Amino acid sequence: MNPGIRQYILLGLTLLVVVLYISRLFYIQVVDDKYKLDAHNQAFLYQTDYPPRGVIYDRNGKLLVFNQVAYDLMVVPRDLKDCDTAGICGILNISKEEFLKRLAKLSGSVETARGDYRSHIFESQMLPELNARIQERLYKFNGFYVQARTVRKYPMTIAAHLMGYIGEVDERITSEDPYYKSGDYIGKSGIEKGYEDYLRGKKGVQIKMRDVHNNIKGSFKDGKYDTAAVPGLSLISTLDAELQQYGELLMTNKIGGIAAIEPATGEILALVTSPTYDPNLLVGRDFPKNYSLLVQDTLGKPLFNRALQAFYPPGSTFKLMNALIGLQEGVLSTSTYYPCAQGYPPGGGKPKCHPHPSPLALTGAIATSCNSYFSYVYRSIIDNRNYKGDHVAGYNAWRNYVLSFGVGTRVGTDLPFDAKGIVPSAAYYDKIFGKNGWRSNTVTGVGLGIGQGELSITPLQMCNIICAIANRGYYIVPHIIRTIGSDSSLAKYQQKHYTKVTSPHHYESVIEGMANVVTGGTARVARIEGIEVCGKTGTAQNPHGEDHSVFVCFAPRVNPKICVAILVENAGYGSAWAAPIASLMMEKYLTRKINRPELEQRMVEGDLLHRHPQMQNLQPKHP
Amino acid sequence: MREKSDRIFYHVDWITVSIYLLLMAMGWMNIYSAVYDAKSDIFDLQRQESKQLLFAVISVMLAFVILVIDASFFTATAYILYGAIILLNIAVVFLGTEIRGSHSWFKIGGFSLQPAEFAKWATLLALAKFLSSINRPDSRKTLLTTMGIILLPMVIIMGLQSETGVALIFIAFIIVLYREGIVPGWLLLFGLLSATAFILGIKYPGTIIETDKSVDPAKVSYHFGLKSFLIWTSILLAFGLLRLLLIRRTAKQIILTFVVIGFFSGLFLAAPVALEKLPVHQTGRIKCWLGLPVPRAISDRYDYNTKQSMIAIGSGDWLGKGYLQGTQTKFRFVPEQETDFIFCTVGEEWGLAGTSLVVILYLILIMRLIIMSERQRSDFTRIYGYGVASVFFVHLIVNVGMTIGLLPVIGIPLPFFSYGGSSLISFTILLLIFVKLDSQRLLILR
Repeated sequence: MNPGIRQYILLGLTLLVVVLYISRLFYIQVVDDKYKLDAHNQAFLYQTDYPPRGVIYDRNGKLLVFNQVAYDLMVVPRDLKDCDTAGICGILNISKEEFLKRLAKLSGSVETARGDYRSHIFESQMLPELNARIQERLYKFNGFYVQARTVRKYPMTIAAHLMGYIGEVDERITSEDPYYKSGDYIGKSGIEKGYEDYLRGKKGVQIKMRDVHNNIKGSFKDGKYDTAAVPGLSLISTLDAELQQYGELLMTNKIGGIAAIEPATGEILALVTSPTYDPNLLVGRDFPKNYSLLVQDTLGKPLFNRALQAFYPPGSTFKLMNALIGLQEGVLSTSTYYPCAQGYPPGGGKPKCHPHPSPLALTGAIATSCNSYFSYVYRSIIDNRNYKGDHVAGYNAWRNYVLSFGVGTRVGTDLPFDAKGIVPSAAYYDKIFGKNGWRSNTVTGVGLGIGQGELSITPLQMCNIICAIANRGYYIVPHIIRTIGSDSSLAKYQQKHYTKVTSPHHYESVIEGMANVVTGGTARVARIEGIEVCGKTGTAQNPHGEDHSVFVCFAPRVNPKICVAILVENAGYGSAWAAPIASLMMEKYLTRKINRPELEQRMVEGDLLHRHPQMQNLQPKHP
Repeated sequence: MREKSDRIFYHVDWITVSIYLLLMAMGWMNIYSAVYDAKSDIFDLQRQESKQLLFAVISVMLAFVILVIDASFFTATAYILYGAIILLNIAVVFLGTEIRGSHSWFKIGGFSLQPAEFAKWATLLALAKFLSSINRPDSRKTLLTTMGIILLPMVIIMGLQSETGVALIFIAFIIVLYREGIVPGWLLLFGLLSATAFILGIKYPGTIIETDKSVDPAKVSYHFGLKSFLIWTSILLAFGLLRLLLIRRTAKQIILTFVVIGFFSGLFLAAPVALEKLPVHQTGRIKCWLGLPVPRAISDRYDYNTKQSMIAIGSGDWLGKGYLQGTQTKFRFVPEQETDFIFCTVGEEWGLAGTSLVVILYLILIMRLIIMSERQRSDFTRIYGYGVASVFFVHLIVNVGMTIGLLPVIGIPLPFFSYGGSSLISFTILLLIFVKLDSQRLLILR
C-alpha cells in the first residue's frame, strides 16, 4: 500500500475519534439533563424552613385553630452507615424488620437506599416527649435528623367539616404544582383546602453545599439565593363558634345539616353537619388510623359534609319559591283561592294533603302548607298563558327562576366541594317521557310544586333561598371567611345577586305567610318571645325511610339578622324536630341565651339514631 | 546551514510549541482548580498546584536544553538511552518505594519519579533507530526485533511493576509499524475486529458462566449460550458467503473464509471464559464498562468512578460553572480528579466549550505531528514523529474515553493536564525531541 494513503487513514482516524468524542460530550453536557440533576442532588442540600400555617378565628375573635409544634424524624438513607439502628428502633418501638421495610418503602428498595441522598420523613409529627428522647442520642443516629413542623390544634373541637384537615401531598399534586414537595402538607378539605394558598405561607429555603462525605461546606453563593419563610396569613371566619357549638349540641344523635347565614352579608354563621367528629382526630400521627375509622362508619358517614353536599328534597319549604315565581309571573295573587280535598283534585287526590279549612288564599296556604294549593300554583306557572300553551317554555321559565336563587348550580361559596343540587331540565323529562310526552300535570304529579320529585338541594342552598327572601330579592354568596390577613374587603362578597323575582311586594306577601306559619300555622313551636320569626316547615318524603324534618326561617321579620335552614333525616314532621332546633339556634344567636330550657333539653336529648335497628351500633359523636 | 542551526529556535515548529505551552498552562490552571481550597498557596511546595508549577518550570527548562542539544545526539544515543531506561525500570522494582501495591516509584525528597513514563520516549528512540537502520522492513527478523524492542519495557512495566495502564500505551506503536509497512493494514483491521468480537462476546456471551456459591465459590460451571452463539455465527456466515460471492472462489479462498469464521466464533465462545481468567479487578472494570452485573464491591469502585466522572462533566452544560466554581470536583465527588480524571474539572468548569477546545487542541497537535513527520527526509525523524503522535493519540482516546464512559477505567494520564511530574517531564521530552529533530530536518539523520 502507498504510504501516503496510510498517512490519510491515520489523519482520518484521529479526526473521526475527535468528532465522536465531541458528539458524546455534546450529548452528556448539553442534551442529557440527567447529569446536571445528579450533580445538583449530590452537592446541594436544600434545607427547607417551614412557615407556621395561618391561624383561624371566628367572627368574635375566638380561636378556631392554631399550631402546635411537632417533629418529623427525617432520614437520609445513604448516610445511615454506623447508625445505632437498634437504638432508634427501641425509641420508636419498632422492630428491625419494620425499620428496613420503612427504609425500602421510602427509597424504593433496600438496595437503592444505599445510594439515596434524598431526605425522607421516617417518623412524622412526633410529640415533644418523643423528640426529646431522640435528640438525646441523635449523635449516634447517623443519617437521621429532626425537623420542626407544626400540627393543627382545634381548641373548641367544633366545625370539623368546615375546618377540614391537612395531609401529606400526594404524587399528583407534587407533579402538578412545583411548590409542593413530597412530605409537604396541604389542605385537603374545608377551609384548610379552600384557603390553602393563604394559610400555607411561603416556605423558605437555605441552599447549602456539601462534599462527598456529606459535610456542609457553606451556603451556596453566600446565601444569595436563600429565602426566608413567610408565615401563613391568619383568617377571620364568619362563623359564630358559639352558635356552631350549640347547633352541634342540638344535633346530637340526629343525622342532618343546619345552615345559618346572616342575610345582609352572606356570612355563614354556622354550618352544622351531624354526625360530626372531633377535628383533632385528623391531626398528626394518628391521622391514618382515625381516618380509616371514620371512613369505616358507612351508616353515619361522619366525614360527609351534609350541610354542604347532601342532596335532599326540600319538601314544603319549596312552596315559598313557587309562590314567589307565581306572583312574579302574574299567575298568582295574594287573593287567589284554590280548593283542597285532602289532596290535589286534578291529580286525583295526589299529592295528598292534611285536613285544613278550604279554600285558602296564599297566606293561609303557606301557613297551613297546603299541597293542593301549591300544585295548582305550580301548574299555573307551567301552563302560563303567556307562553301560549307551551308547557316546556313555562317549565323553563320556572327553572330559570329557581336557578336565579342559587339552586341547581354551584352558588360559589368559598368552601370546596359544595354540591350543585338538582333542578331537572326540560330535556330530562323529554328523555324520560319522550318529547311532548309530558304535561304540566306530569311534573306537578311527581311533586315539583311541593318540593318533591327530582328536586335535590343542599341545606346551604335552602338557607340561601331564605336569605334572598329575607333580603327581599337578592342574596350574597354565602362564605365562611371574611378577612384574609388584613384584607377584609373581599370583593366577591360585596356583590348582590338579584333573583329573577324582582318585586319586593311579592316577597312581602310570602313573608306574611311565613310569619303566619309561626304565629298560627304549622310551626308555632318556633315562636320566640319578643322576636318576629318567619318560617316554613317541610316534611320531605324520601326513599330512605321516614320523612325528613325540614324547616327554613329567618328573624327578625324586619331587618333580618339570621336565616336558618335545617334538615333532620328521617325525623318526621318539620315541626317536630327541625322547627324547634332552628328556633333555638335563632334565639341563641339573637339573644345569646335560651329562655326555653325544656325545649332545649328535649331537643338535645332526642335520639333519632337508635330508633332504627341498623343504627343501633352507630356512634353518635366520635371520641 | 551549520551556523544558522546553532541558534536554538532556528526552524522550530512554533505551532507545536505553542500548543504545548498552551496545553501545559491550561492543565496547570485546572489542577489548581481541582485541588483548590481555602489553603491554596502556589508557593507552598507541599501542595500539588505548587509542585505542578515547579514541574512545569522544570519542563520548560528541559525543553530549552533539548533544543540546544544537536539532534544527532538522540540518534547516536538512542540505544544507550533505551538500555539505561530499561535498567532504571528494573531497578525500581527492587529499589523503589511501594505505592498502592506497585513498585514503580522512586522517592526522592518530597518528590516521586516514575521511570515507566520515561520508557515511552526511550523505546520510541530505539524503535526509530532500529527501523531507520534496516533495509528489509518486511522480513521476519525485522518484525521479531521490533516486537522485542516494544515488548521488553511492556513486560517489565506490566509484569514487574504492575502498571498495566502505562504498559498498554506501548500498543500505540502499532500505528508506527503500520505507517512503516511492518504491520500490514489487514492485520491491524484483523486485530481491531478480534477486539470487537471479544468485547461483543463478553457483552452477549455465547458461553454462560455460573458460580454456585452454595457449593464452592471457586467452582464454576459453563453453559452453552446457544441463542447468542447462533446469532454470532449466522452473522459471520452471512459475511463469509457475501465475501465468497464477490471474489473468485478458489479452494484456498473458501478454506480461508471458513477458518476466519471459525476463529471469530471461537473468540465469541472463549471471550467470557478468558475474561474470568483475568485478575478480578481487570474483569470488574471491563464488566462495569459493558454494564454487566458485578459484585457490589467492584461496582462501588469502578462504576462509581465513571458515574461521578460523567456527572461532573455532564453538569457542565455549554459554558461550564465557571473557574473554581465546580461542585463535583471541588467537593471531591470525583476520585483522582487532579490526575487521571482531570478532564472532569475541564468539563464541569468550562463546559462543552472547554472540553471541545482541549480535544480540538489535541487534534491539531496530533495532525500537526503527522504532517510534520511526513515532511521528513530522515526515516528516523519520521518514525519518531509518528510515535509521538501515536502516544498522544492513544492517551487522548483512553483518558478522555474513560471519563465520558466510552472506555473502561484505565489509569493513564491526560498529557500536560494530569497532575504528576514524571508524566509532564516525560511528555515534554517526548515532544521536544521531535521538535528538535524536525528543526534539523534538512540534515539527514540516521
